[in-house]
Amino acid sequence: MRILYHIGRFGILQRRVFARPEKHKILFTNILREMDKLGVGSILIIMIIMFFMGAVVTIQTALNLENPFVSKIIIGFATRDSIILEFSSTVTAVILAGIIGSNIASEIGTMRITEQLDAMEIMGVNSAGYIILPKILGMMLMMPFLVIIAMSVGILGGLAATYVIPSLSAQDYLTGLQLDFSAYRVFYSLIKSDVFAMIITMVSSYHGFYAKGGSLEVGKAGTLGVIYSIILILIANLFITHLMLT
Amino acid sequence: MIEVRNISKTFADNKVLNDVSYTIKKGMCNLVIGRSGSGKSVFLKSVVGLHPVDSGEILFDGRDTTKMTNIELKNLRKEIGMVFQGGALFNSSTVEENVAYPLEMFTKMSKAEKQKRVDFCLDHVHIENANHLFPSEISGGMQKRVAIARAIALNPKYLFCDEPNSGLDPVTAIVIDNLIQDLTKELDITTMVITHDMNSVMEIGENIMYVYQGQKWWEGDKKQIFNTDNPELNDFVFASDLFKSIKKNK
Repeated sequence: MRILYHIGRFGILQRRVFARPEKHKILFTNILREMDKLGVGSILIIMIIMFFMGAVVTIQTALNLENPFVSKIIIGFATRDSIILEFSSTVTAVILAGIIGSNIASEIGTMRITEQLDAMEIMGVNSAGYIILPKILGMMLMMPFLVIIAMSVGILGGLAATYVIPSLSAQDYLTGLQLDFSAYRVFYSLIKSDVFAMIITMVSSYHGFYAKGGSLEVGKAGTLGVIYSIILILIANLFITHLMLT
Repeated sequence: MIEVRNISKTFADNKVLNDVSYTIKKGMCNLVIGRSGSGKSVFLKSVVGLHPVDSGEILFDGRDTTKMTNIELKNLRKEIGMVFQGGALFNSSTVEENVAYPLEMFTKMSKAEKQKRVDFCLDHVHIENANHLFPSEISGGMQKRVAIARAIALNPKYLFCDEPNSGLDPVTAIVIDNLIQDLTKELDITTMVITHDMNSVMEIGENIMYVYQGQKWWEGDKKQIFNTDNPELNDFVFASDLFKSIKKNK
């Protein structure tokens, strides 16, 4: 019964979030602000993580394919597909759920307990729409760019790893990258990433928006936002993959 | 004028307000007083529509908010200014942006007109040279004054203050009380103040309601409150030695 209560309340909140905004100009400004805060602010950490992840995936793939009957170019091929299909979108989303999710839940939770959201409501402003909608749209606009950056840096990380793998040359890796390339897989990853962006922002905002009590509860809201975002990302990943790749 | 008729409010099994009626008069400082947990903040939030009431009527100049649609309620709220206990200023905005916020949202004023209105409001609450500071960079008293400036930015008909001088030193608290009283007279608005501070009662209390265990226990003005024989109210009013000695000397 508790889960039905949360689903119902989540639905009511989303109805308020997607209600007609007070002023489109203010919404546009707020979207740009959120794109900068949530998206641009995450680029560096994603680049660092994906570079090392790409390198590790290449090393592990090379280790598992040490067979004279298997062509070395398969390593580049496997690394590329792992990064494009899974690591760039799902792993990036899980990382962002941790970074951005807790940030969003804490920010909105603090606004709730310090009565800033009530102050907006009293003025006649739809606080849910004003605060949450720019975050959802801003993150959805930024996420595909973040994923493309993650893909590029991850593949570069793999290339860098070829310099420490004696059995794999950079040329083999680069040839493998171009083997049987399908743009649809990039498209699939980008679609997935936008769904993940929605999940992270909506779920974290929900936990922040209904935070009660003091700073301890705000921290708890942040943690819950991250946990449920990650669980829903993994479930959504399964459904989208089944829908688009099988 | 706001007429509150027989409102009740229950949270889970806890009846916080029980059949409370009160008339909030225009051009006066209407005070709702009571001990912590007596239901006065819930009363205020029920009147402004943040907590929908279970029963009763709330009439803003004859308009019953309990029967209003969301759009009607939203339009009414543009006539309401509210000062929250902690100020509720937007942390990520400067003093000037906080005061300009309702103007940005609900008016089509030019940038110069907005600036003029912001300066007017800040001037009214005696805030100088703080336009570009953030709420965390100003004192508690200044935060309350900025909150008042934001509340009057749209020329409200009704002003609500939830313990506006809590956490302030006695001198600043009186400055805030006097400011609210002056604005009420000058702008001819309907003001309701929630407080448990007896100094505020003696400073600005023109029409006072004492709430006890979710019920209206007493109503009168600051002169009458000293001569009441209501035992619960007497416990509240004469809780401090200072007020006890004042009563003795009388």
